Amino acid sequence: MGEFKVHRVRFFNYVPSGIRCVAYNNQSNRLAVSRTDGTVEVYNLSANYFQEKFFPGHESRATEALCWAEGQRLFSAGLNGEIMEYDLQALNIKYAVDVFGGPIWSMAVSPSGSQLLVGCEDGSVKLFQITPDKIQFERNFDRQKSRILSLSWHPSGTHIAAGSIDYISVFDVKSGSAIHKMIVDRQHMGVSKRKCIVWGVAFLSDGTVISVDSAGKVQFWDSATGTLVKSHLIANADVQSIAVAEQEDSFVVGTAEGTVFHFQLVPVTSNSSEKQWVRTKPFQHHTHDVRTVAHSPTALISGGTDTHLVIRPLMEKVEVKNYDAALRKITFPHRRLISCSKKRQLLLFQFAHHLELWRLGSTVATGKNGDTLPLSKNADHLLHLKTKGPENIICSCISPCGSWIAYSTVSRFFLYRLNYEHDNISLKRVSKMPPFLRCALQILFSEDSTKLFVASNQGALHIVQLSGGSFKHLHAFQPQSGTVEAMCLLAVSSDGNWLAASGTSAGVHVYNVKQLKLHCTVPAYNFPVTAMAIAPNTNNLVIAHSDQQVFEYSIPDKQYTDWSRTVQKQGFHHLWLQRDTPITHISFHPKRPMHILLHDAYMFCIIDKSLPLPNDKTLLYNPFPPTNESDVVRRRTAHAFKISKIYKVKHLVLLFWIVGSFVISKCNKLHNWKIRAPSVSMQRTWIVGNKSPF
Amino acid sequence: MVSDQKPLGSWSVKQGQIITCPAVCNFQTREYIVVHDNKVLRIWNNEDVNLDKVFKATLSAEVYRILSVQGTEPLVLFKEGAVRGLEALLADPQQKIETVISDEEVIKWTKFFIVFRHPVLIFITEKHGNYFAYVQMFNSRILTKYTLLLGQDENSVIESFTASVDRKFISLMSLSSDGCIYETLIPIRPTDPEKNQTLVRSLLLKAVVSGNTRNGVALTALDQDHIAVLGSPQAASKECLSVWNIKFQTLQTSKELPQGTSGQLWYYGENLFMLHGKSLTVIPYKCEVSSLAGALGKLKHGQDPGTHVMPRFVNWETPQGCGLGFQNSEQSRRIEDSEKHIEVEVRKFLALKQTPDFHTVIGDTVTGLLERCKAEPSFYPRNCLVQLIQTHVLSYSLCPDLMEIALIKKDVQLLQLCLQQFPDIPESVTCACLKIFLSIGDDSLQETDVSMESVFDYSNSVHDEKMEEQTEILQNGFSPEEDKCSNCDQELNKKPQDETKESTSCPVVPKRAALLNAILHSAYSETFLLPHLKDIPAQHITLFLKYLYFLYLKCSENATMTLPGINPPTLNQIMDWICLLLDANFTVVVMMPEAKRLLINLYKLVKSQISVYSELNKIEVSFRELQKLNQEKNNRGLYSIEVLELF
Repeated sequence: MGEFKVHRVRFFNYVPSGIRCVAYNNQSNRLAVSRTDGTVEVYNLSANYFQEKFFPGHESRATEALCWAEGQRLFSAGLNGEIMEYDLQALNIKYAVDVFGGPIWSMAVSPSGSQLLVGCEDGSVKLFQITPDKIQFERNFDRQKSRILSLSWHPSGTHIAAGSIDYISVFDVKSGSAIHKMIVDRQHMGVSKRKCIVWGVAFLSDGTVISVDSAGKVQFWDSATGTLVKSHLIANADVQSIAVAEQEDSFVVGTAEGTVFHFQLVPVTSNSSEKQWVRTKPFQHHTHDVRTVAHSPTALISGGTDTHLVIRPLMEKVEVKNYDAALRKITFPHRRLISCSKKRQLLLFQFAHHLELWRLGSTVATGKNGDTLPLSKNADHLLHLKTKGPENIICSCISPCGSWIAYSTVSRFFLYRLNYEHDNISLKRVSKMPPFLRCALQILFSEDSTKLFVASNQGALHIVQLSGGSFKHLHAFQPQSGTVEAMCLLAVSSDGNWLAASGTSAGVHVYNVKQLKLHCTVPAYNFPVTAMAIAPNTNNLVIAHSDQQVFEYSIPDKQYTDWSRTVQKQGFHHLWLQRDTPITHISFHPKRPMHILLHDAYMFCIIDKSLPLPNDKTLLYNPFPPTNESDVVRRRTAHAFKISKIYKVKHLVLLFWIVGSFVISKCNKLHNWKIRAPSVSMQRTWIVGNKSPF
Repeated sequence: MVSDQKPLGSWSVKQGQIITCPAVCNFQTREYIVVHDNKVLRIWNNEDVNLDKVFKATLSAEVYRILSVQGTEPLVLFKEGAVRGLEALLADPQQKIETVISDEEVIKWTKFFIVFRHPVLIFITEKHGNYFAYVQMFNSRILTKYTLLLGQDENSVIESFTASVDRKFISLMSLSSDGCIYETLIPIRPTDPEKNQTLVRSLLLKAVVSGNTRNGVALTALDQDHIAVLGSPQAASKECLSVWNIKFQTLQTSKELPQGTSGQLWYYGENLFMLHGKSLTVIPYKCEVSSLAGALGKLKHGQDPGTHVMPRFVNWETPQGCGLGFQNSEQSRRIEDSEKHIEVEVRKFLALKQTPDFHTVIGDTVTGLLERCKAEPSFYPRNCLVQLIQTHVLSYSLCPDLMEIALIKKDVQLLQLCLQQFPDIPESVTCACLKIFLSIGDDSLQETDVSMESVFDYSNSVHDEKMEEQTEILQNGFSPEEDKCSNCDQELNKKPQDETKESTSCPVVPKRAALLNAILHSAYSETFLLPHLKDIPAQHITLFLKYLYFLYLKCSENATMTLPGINPPTLNQIMDWICLLLDANFTVVVMMPEAKRLLINLYKLVKSQISVYSELNKIEVSFRELQKLNQEKNNRGLYSIEVLELF
């Protein structure tokens, strides 16, 4: 297959934010995750846990609560005192409502899904009515002495439990008055602590209230009498979160020690009808506080300060061996954070609030597999570009020629012109951006760097002509009537004639850039597109979906290619389909049209279309060079998938061809922990350049 | 001396003619025969005065030598290798003479024997530094050609030859340019005359003449055990006639020849003839019957009528008066003959190492020999066994009897050889060897010829230097001031001279040291060795411990902790054996007052070893940490370019 020079870059220190809340939606099987920087991500659990949507963070928004309401509507509330609703189609914030109760600590949706309840800093509990396009304040409950940290509705919707400091209140929803006040014991391991914070409550249909608190206890209360029924001391530190299964036969709690405990309702004796709650399984998948947990029908979901989202399947609930049967740990975003200038060998790294531009080093040495080559020139940090304002960067891109950098936040679009004079770089911002370029979800430069393609959150695609230091708006492809779906992925052909754009659910639209019209639409597929690219010369559009299927669609012929049909007919190798991370980038070698290069978080793979496809009996991964086999055997066992997993403990983020070589970038495992502080991670970038004829 | 006696007769050829072959006497006709100008044969008798007028025959080929011995007609050896009887030649002098040897092959030396009343002619040729032996049998008219292998010293030139006949073998002795005499055994009856056979030579006597002298060296065999050598024993000294006993490797007698010799030496009828200056010197010499006593100069003829002194020396040859003795000697002569014969056969076999069944044949040979050894106690073919052991194909398991017999015979040399060569000696046998090595008397050790390779002459090192170095080492490993063993120190301080004496002089003689080193080098398993070590008497244990302690002190004198010499015992071996001996015999040794000092020393030794090792461990751990840091540093680089190959 050939030898490559791998540029192993470890200076992309990307730090994901810690996870604050998760909210599971049973109807759509989606998971909403909010992070401490205000970012909200939506994972589609049916589509192999693909992170299909995200809302960029904001410094002033600390999301403290997240919940799904009726009709797949997502709400969040935070310490800025506002309730926000997210537009899952246009991928923006629909509105924000100030509740006037100080910072909001907790929020709960009524079992019917039509009412929202928030608990505020000032001790008030406020009820909102969810209207089709907004929310409307209904009334206040009896005000409590201290902040309401947790809320839970009785499944009938008649009562709520509210966890505060040192006590739990039970409210009657109709009257809005507190009917019980259950005092939580401050004792912690025999020592009286100053306060006992009730971090979470859960109201079961039999009237039992389960509370978790800062003294490390899980307690069961009878809401009818207001008495403590049972107490489990499970941790030396705070128990910070609780989530109950819909069937109310199991629940999960997360502690500040990083442990997750599973409780189950099991019969006292083998065939008695009397049941009791028993702590069954502890899990330790986190290193730091588990700030939030969720309970899907088949899995325990947890997230916390260590930034990992862990989905731990309940094996007794999993009937067939599929994706749901494996433990998932999601750390890095499923989108590109790195772009690359092939001509100048530059890498642009995107962080939450700044961009970094690096120039790659070089070597003149050669070596054999596994060698580290001596550097003739080391990598240079050229630029550190900090954004203004509190908003996170949504997307960024550097042009292939290296002369343009564009990035966008929710409210502003920035375009910079770079000038290289020997070792000096000067940066000039292109001012007066038109208002329609306000918020871009995806930015892409054409291969010759003369055109800029911007996918706006309004669903429109803008084409901008770049010449010299100025720009000119050429055209805007408006979304088809009736849809406002935002385009998240863009791909342009190397000749600049074709532009492909994909949203999260509908098919891929291909536009003719020359004639400025829609050329065709690739038929919609059940699973979201995770990556796509247009092959040079042939203009075949290669699309990867979250179920690990790869399609090749000929744009000029407006149909799937023969190879793609063959692949679909024969099917992929079962091990290929069992991979658990989506393909996040596709690239091509300019001189080898038969090769498709793609990667996910753990491996990168070159598909050689000229070789036969592997069937289920063939070895998919060739871990060792086939030195001991004869040529005949090698030829017989050779198949189209050439996979490298040598960097499997790392997180591959991006893979690029540069002029005659290609780039792989990766995130490393998280390390360098600081206790009680957001985790620090190292992200790695690889550049692989081919050495021998490839 | 014949120099002042008148010659009986003198004849000369005409001016211009050259005598090309020494004159010989035809004993059958009492005539003399000479060749001049290579081809012209002259025959005359005592009455003839003028050689010009005597019988003359011109031959068709050039003559190398005319050979004549009593009891048979003279033979004419032509330069081309053909041989004719004189009568047959004279019948037709112009007959065609065939060519036997190849071009450029030159006859170097020849001799004529009568073996079992049959004449046998041997001649040696040389071609480009290679030597060939031709043996011509006249009863069967068979000519056999052998190639002489020079062995390890391929470049040496053979200066002189002599030969003697011993039943089935011609013992060809050659004096090489390296000054050594080699023996080659040539079978009289060839096994396969068609094939070109090779003969290997073995060293008989070492450095009898100086390697530098190129002229004037000659040798001749006097009888089976004696040879006379003409030449200068050392480079600068005058030439000498020496008579050597080859069986015992001793010099029997020597006479200086200050006027120089021509390198010609004959022995006829107990007289040695040689040219000394311008005169012919005749020295009567009668070989004594070869015996060890004679060889050592301890044989007192006639003066000791009793035989009770004699048994000290095994006298194989001397016929003794009493019947029993005679019988014994007959038997021993027979055994000695067969030993010699076996040795010759073994040597011949070893010359042809390349046979495919070499290993099995060696094994069978040894087994056979050992069986006979067991059956006949007096049979002990030692040289053979040594040669066989040195083939490196034997092991203990192949011939366990070998060491058993050597142990019975107390043949320490053979035991040493076995210990060096065999990889699989059981611990019990090793221990038995050790017992013998420790118990054998110093005087009997002197007679043995053990390999001294592993022993270094310790007395050479300078005392002052040693002590200085030792202090250095101690400071390096641990601080002697911190030594808590105050009692030992005090005690040691009382007798400082004693300690120095103990530490600097080897407690055993070098030969015993060599034997003990062989034990130290041998492989063993502790569990199996320990019980046997308990059987060794305490004083021997003490001696061995003293020697080991001495070795340890020698070891610690240099920084590398090794002993000088070619193959010395290692420090680990020394320490292991000290531990083993103490483990096995501590209760016994601790009771011995004379071992007290040794034990104290050993205690200190162990202490110092522990300190050194703990220091080394500390260093090792530090180095490992450093290495780890270094690796991490390498891995932690923020940027690197690596090569990846996809298959």
